Amino acid sequence: MTRRFSWFNATSLTFGFAFLYLPMVILIIYSFNKSKLVTVWAGFSTKWYGELMRNEAFLDAAWVTLKVALVSSTLATVLGTMAAIALVRGGRFFGRTLFSGMIYAPLVMPDVIMGLSLLLLFIAIGLERGVFTIILAHTTFSMCYVSVVVSSRLASFDRSLEEAALDLGCTPFDAFRSVTLPIIAPAVISGWLLAFTLSLDDLVIASFTSGPSSTTLPIKVFSAVRLGVSPEINALSTILIVLVSTGVISASLISKRAIIRQRREERAAMAQ
Amino acid sequence: MVQHESPTVFAPWEDPEQKPLIRFIDVTKRFGDFTAIENLNLDIYEREFFALLGPSGCGKTTLMRMLAGFEAPTEGTILLDGADIAPVPPNRRAVNMMFQSYALFPHLTVEQNIAFGLKRSKMTKGEIADRVLEMLRLVRLEPFARRKPHQISGGQRQRVALARSLAKAPRLLLLDEPLGALDKKLRQETQFELMDIQEKTGTTFVIVTHDQEEAMTVASRVAVMDHGRLVQVATPDGIYENPNSLYVADFIGEVNIFRGHARALGDNRYEFTWAEGKAPFTAVSERDDIPASGPCSLAIRPEKIAITAERPEGALNAVEGTVLDIAYLGSTSTYHVQLAEGPVIKAQTANNRRISRRSFNWDDRVWLSFTETAGILLPGHE
Repeated sequence: MTRRFSWFNATSLTFGFAFLYLPMVILIIYSFNKSKLVTVWAGFSTKWYGELMRNEAFLDAAWVTLKVALVSSTLATVLGTMAAIALVRGGRFFGRTLFSGMIYAPLVMPDVIMGLSLLLLFIAIGLERGVFTIILAHTTFSMCYVSVVVSSRLASFDRSLEEAALDLGCTPFDAFRSVTLPIIAPAVISGWLLAFTLSLDDLVIASFTSGPSSTTLPIKVFSAVRLGVSPEINALSTILIVLVSTGVISASLISKRAIIRQRREERAAMAQ
Repeated sequence: MVQHESPTVFAPWEDPEQKPLIRFIDVTKRFGDFTAIENLNLDIYEREFFALLGPSGCGKTTLMRMLAGFEAPTEGTILLDGADIAPVPPNRRAVNMMFQSYALFPHLTVEQNIAFGLKRSKMTKGEIADRVLEMLRLVRLEPFARRKPHQISGGQRQRVALARSLAKAPRLLLLDEPLGALDKKLRQETQFELMDIQEKTGTTFVIVTHDQEEAMTVASRVAVMDHGRLVQVATPDGIYENPNSLYVADFIGEVNIFRGHARALGDNRYEFTWAEGKAPFTAVSERDDIPASGPCSLAIRPEKIAITAERPEGALNAVEGTVLDIAYLGSTSTYHVQLAEGPVIKAQTANNRRISRRSFNWDDRVWLSFTETAGILLPGHE
């Protein structure tokens, strides 16, 4: 289908994309600036990337962030999947509405409230703040996102597949492991990715629950910026943008290819 | 070919010595206020091909799911080989099920789907491989062993589902609308294939269907269900020729129903008055619940009604009418004949001559006649 060219469409498209991506483009350009001043262009250089690699504080923060994101997203995936199963498969147990409401509450709860209440809890039970408390906090708020993603997949899951597994001699756990889990795996993986990215860029909750020895990258960047934006931070942000966009683009390419292949094979099967 | 009266007709239900494989004893199943199965008693014998037939919501699927172990009866017991199956979970029952949606595991190949149940038994790897190959041969799917379910056609998927449910050599195989998703031609082929496989493996099959033709084709016995009750359990010809109620007569095949009044003439003969001022019909019935004088219905299949231009000589039961509609179905034609008294009667003739000129046309005056044993006399008007 060909559409007639329209100035209105072209303009709105240009402005829309400019609005979304111009700030990032500027940030990337200035990360290659030779000058220490962020607003004055003084020629191309990659020295800030070198500086960044030598900045122990940033590297430490990056390592903490990665650790927190990996562990909390994995925990959140396990808990969120279990919650989704209880909600979708559990039938009408007592308190189901309350339970599902409580699972989804953190989706709309302001981060400040989440962070503050967790901080108060950790102080009350005398838990020393550090990497462990950030992990707990991140698991708490990201498991509800996992639960939403997984339960929407489970709701469309053909129940008779599980019954067939039971019928063929599986225990309920075996049926889940060998039939349900492989089939809902894409949803579980995207839930994990979602939890991972949420943990990666969280500033508010992490700043409430972190201790002096455990600064995450967003906290580090935020406090550095308060002393003035340095080209080093531009470099760091550029690296993050490249990493994230590579991840997103390759994930969508892979899933698109899989869908196209499946369609082609289905057509071939029909044609037989 | 000369037809012999076989000395070993398969009819274990007529032999009091035979022990049934499955016994439903006073089984009731309720879902909240809704009663899906009501006080049901049924025996199913080994090697039977038993069909549960009824409209949707009649409880046939619930009955099957109780056998598979996905539902438990609210009251009563179900015996398999004489033992109560209530405490046995589905994964320990010697019962397998073929699901309506086939429920093939999309992440496994055809081969792995068939091996799925075997891997959960005590078989060795070699035995499993042999059994899978045997099953693939049985359903003629060897070339497709390594395909995934989405890479094969609907008919092939149906056969994978059958092979998978037969692989563990169950005592009882349950088939839930197994051919519902296939087109008509393929469905008819597959019906014969199912019967063939049932005979080869000697497994007891219980099939759930709402398609009466399918039930009549494959089954050794058919149970007609309605609102959680068994209305009639009999062989296909028994159900068709001797329905025990208007419900069954109407549900299976086409039927004309006259409502009227019967009066016993003795010797199992009855005089059936159905319209004022018309000569009554004569009908023969061996049922003992026909009132000596009372309301009755007469059910007649369209193919048992002859259609002629003149009143046939000596016909006991004959009525005159006008051809209203002709439905040409290829092998047969159905004439809808309007009687002067109101009802429209369907009469069927076989088109056993090619391009024969149609003997009757729209608005022709015709005579419909049938013998005294053609109709089924049933008590009451319901």
